[in-house]
Amino acid sequence: MADTGVLETLLQRVEKVDDGVDSLDVATSLGVDHQVIVGAVKSLQALGDVISAELRSSKHWELTEEGTEIAEQGSHESRVFSCIPLEGLAQSELMKLPFGKIGFSKAMSNKWIRVDKAHEGGPRIFRTVESIEDQVREKLFLVQKGNSTQLEEKEKNELKKRKLLSEVTVKSYWITKGNSFSTTITKQETELTPEMIASGNWKEKKFKPYNFEAMGVAPDCGHLHPLMKVRTQFRQIFLEMGFTEMPTNNFIESSFWNFDSLFQPQQHPARDQHDTFFLSDPAHAHQFPQDYLERVKKVHSEGGYGSQGYKYDWKIEEAQKNILRTHTTAVSARMLYKLAQQKFTPVKYFSIDRVFRNETLDATHLAEFHQIEGVVADYGLTLGDLMGVLHQFFTKLGITKLRFKPAYNPYTEPSMEVFSYHEGLKKWVEVGNSGVFRPEMLLPMGLPEGVSVIAWGLSLERPTMIKYGINNIRELVGHKVNLQMVYDSPICRNPPTHF
Amino acid sequence: MPTVGVKRDLLFKALGRSYTDEEFDELCFEFGLELDEITSEKEIISREQGDTKASGASDVILYKIDVPANRYDLLCLEGLVRGLQVFKNKLEAPQYKRVSPLSGEPQKLIITKETEAVRPHAVAAVLRNITFTQERYDSFIELQEKLHQNICRKRSLVAIGTHDLDTISGPFTYTAKPPGDISFKPLNQTKEYTATQLMSLYKTDSHLRHYLHIIEDKPVYPVIYDSNGVVLSMPPIINGDHSKISLKTKNVFIECTATDQTKAKTVLDMMVTMFSEYCAQPFTVEEAEVVYPDGKTCIYPELAYRKEKLSSKFINQKVGINESTEKIAQLLTRMCLLSQATGVGDEIEVEIPPTRSDVIHACDIMEDAAIAYGFNNITRTTPRTYTVANQFPLNKLTELLRQDLAAAGFTEALNFALCSQEDIADKLGKKISEMRAVHISNPKTAEFQVARTTLLPGLLKTIAANRKMPLPLKLFEISDVVLKDETKGRHSTYFPGRCADIFVRGKNVGRLGVLHPDVINRFELTMPCSALEMDIEPFL
Repeated sequence: MADTGVLETLLQRVEKVDDGVDSLDVATSLGVDHQVIVGAVKSLQALGDVISAELRSSKHWELTEEGTEIAEQGSHESRVFSCIPLEGLAQSELMKLPFGKIGFSKAMSNKWIRVDKAHEGGPRIFRTVESIEDQVREKLFLVQKGNSTQLEEKEKNELKKRKLLSEVTVKSYWITKGNSFSTTITKQETELTPEMIASGNWKEKKFKPYNFEAMGVAPDCGHLHPLMKVRTQFRQIFLEMGFTEMPTNNFIESSFWNFDSLFQPQQHPARDQHDTFFLSDPAHAHQFPQDYLERVKKVHSEGGYGSQGYKYDWKIEEAQKNILRTHTTAVSARMLYKLAQQKFTPVKYFSIDRVFRNETLDATHLAEFHQIEGVVADYGLTLGDLMGVLHQFFTKLGITKLRFKPAYNPYTEPSMEVFSYHEGLKKWVEVGNSGVFRPEMLLPMGLPEGVSVIAWGLSLERPTMIKYGINNIRELVGHKVNLQMVYDSPICRNPPTHF
Repeated sequence: MPTVGVKRDLLFKALGRSYTDEEFDELCFEFGLELDEITSEKEIISREQGDTKASGASDVILYKIDVPANRYDLLCLEGLVRGLQVFKNKLEAPQYKRVSPLSGEPQKLIITKETEAVRPHAVAAVLRNITFTQERYDSFIELQEKLHQNICRKRSLVAIGTHDLDTISGPFTYTAKPPGDISFKPLNQTKEYTATQLMSLYKTDSHLRHYLHIIEDKPVYPVIYDSNGVVLSMPPIINGDHSKISLKTKNVFIECTATDQTKAKTVLDMMVTMFSEYCAQPFTVEEAEVVYPDGKTCIYPELAYRKEKLSSKFINQKVGINESTEKIAQLLTRMCLLSQATGVGDEIEVEIPPTRSDVIHACDIMEDAAIAYGFNNITRTTPRTYTVANQFPLNKLTELLRQDLAAAGFTEALNFALCSQEDIADKLGKKISEMRAVHISNPKTAEFQVARTTLLPGLLKTIAANRKMPLPLKLFEISDVVLKDETKGRHSTYFPGRCADIFVRGKNVGRLGVLHPDVINRFELTMPCSALEMDIEPFL
């Protein structure tokens, strides 16, 4: 609510005149900012029909920043003229001055100066007239003093083109008496106070209506990152489904656990320098369960457990190489190995954490991203069970239409790509990968023969980008993200509701 | 995943019917392929090199089909068509047969012991009385390229050489010689070069330069000669011009040299099974004899058929279906795995052909039964696995702390775990040698030199990238850092006298303070900045 004093002064002004007053004139004569009067008008309007105010707009000319500078110091061309001594000035010297370039070309076209290109020591500038008249500056003076009407439209437009003048639209109110005009005002309450409640006098008070057009004041608060909000939701879904979280707090992994234990052959392209980050320090890992390592070596190079194996020369040196893990399945392998060392009990595991790929970066690929992974180990699990679990998992995300495509993955057989029908795009899109871990991976660990392990994985970034409408992954992850995006990102709710 | 480009009309002709794009896409999906793109040569050239270059190029429709990385038998039109026709019950899978030459001895490839130093394995075979057309010839060349890029691991494991047998005479010798001693006219060149000259000639060849490193620093280079000293090839780089095949070639000598014997045999099997279709006696391959340095001999191609026995119960249980033994045998047969019920209980005998090197375990057979049954025809079931869920304590604590930090007015940043050495050392006023950081040996850029040892640089970079945002900026991050072992932090990052260690029950868990102005400057910031870093693991 505007200051009562200003309100009453304004009402008195309106009372004195027959027709009405302009808010700009009131502001000028009271020596207050125009916005104060505008505020008063709004407050009075809110009281009912005390006044009526009609919005008007008028245009007037103002000097730009550059225009103001010229009004003070003279036009660029006059400053060029005045800095040239009788013996002339080297063009290169002139160009170093802040006004040199523009001033030079204007002064040339005004024929105030000339260039001697053949001058010894490079082109030199000389005056061609003795004195000049800085018309630009004078015109700007006129505008500055509020006498812009003395200039012709053409002249004003010329100065506008040079970005020295700008035309500003000013909005003001034409204020006249309303039907219930009065110079005294009943003060409206804005807030319900404890005193009012205690005394009960709120019953007699008038309360000012809310202005629902106002932007409101955003509360000062912190924000969670959208990717982490989505991660929280996925964690929640897994926990609701009875999955236990795996310890994934080790970015560094040996090739043995990342690849060999998963029956991924040593010549596999994923183990290439182009796909995986290798470490130079510490370059190698040395502690492996020795008997298990021997079984892994054997199943790769000779086969066993009903497998032909890959029949190649398996090398410990390759398995020892330390890398940044390329998938969280390395942790799943460690967990399954650990499980195999005890009396078997069924497990459901999940993890959501970072993995690293030495890939070429683009709008959808970064060198690091988050992988979501689910694993179930039990006797007698079927491919139908895997599909059923995936159906339950994706239903919790609000995705109910699924279909499965045969695929290839070195450590799962069968392997299935998971597609969901995207209602917006009207087509099937890939949403994840899944499969049944190969016996060549599970049996060397020591898991019982009848135990099947089903698993699936997807990236966290992709569903997050879809959910928050982000097309470039660099706008989501990393230090270059716009924090406004983080501030503005809404809550993540699964399944999404359409209220 | 390899992509195979085939001409649509040629494909439909071979399949004996035409499909709409949607129908063919559907068929691919069911079979485990992906119709990745529908395009034409013209469109490809126009996209890559501009419209002007594309004018005059063919606008015949091409299907680009993604093939699973272990299905080398689907890398050419011939294999794709055979696979799909058998799958659709329109064709019986052919039986590939190795035969002796009608007259005389088999072709011989003699391996000398010198090859041990560089590329010790070789296998060979002959395609007799083959009829090439332009399309068949193109497909033959293209398959070699696909195999080279995939199973051959860019020729490092295996390299294929194909020769017009009528231009050369056996026995052939596979040996290795110093590069200066090898001299021949390579494919599509007009004069002879020594191997040394060739290596420098191909340095700028956009295709061949990628293979030079395989032998470049070896003392001897592999080379194959015929009985008259004609060079067949210098694997894995280039063939000789003399024996090059053409549309008129009737008899093809194929050799594969390798560092991996198993893969060499597979690659040879793929080449001959795919193209023996065009021989006078279709699907027969003439054998060749390989003589090893120790005098032992072997006959190739192996074309081995392996028999596996498994029960229909096994397949039903693993897939989650309930089909008769006969039905399952039929399903497998549709996947080129000729199968029949043996009559002993629910036993099925499965024959794995030489084209299916990907089938190495009963689970691979089970998958094929599931594909033929149709993944999407399988009933989705819920396993009865009873478990109690547990959160990982570290993550549980992290979730609680994140909520409260946000409630305290801090905004969560999410930074990369990889960064430059400068970020974690110089910029923080520390020495990289004292950091005990984990270093990456093959970073593509400086941004991936090390794993972060602290979260601070990421937060400061986030602030630097958000200088236009209203102040104050209050950020936090809870995430993993990577340390080779326990490191005591020095405090050079902070302003002297404006920094303190944080102790909880006598244990140092972190530090806080005002950042040193030098640190602020190095991160291109201008405002004072304070930070708190804490290890949360002691609180578990």
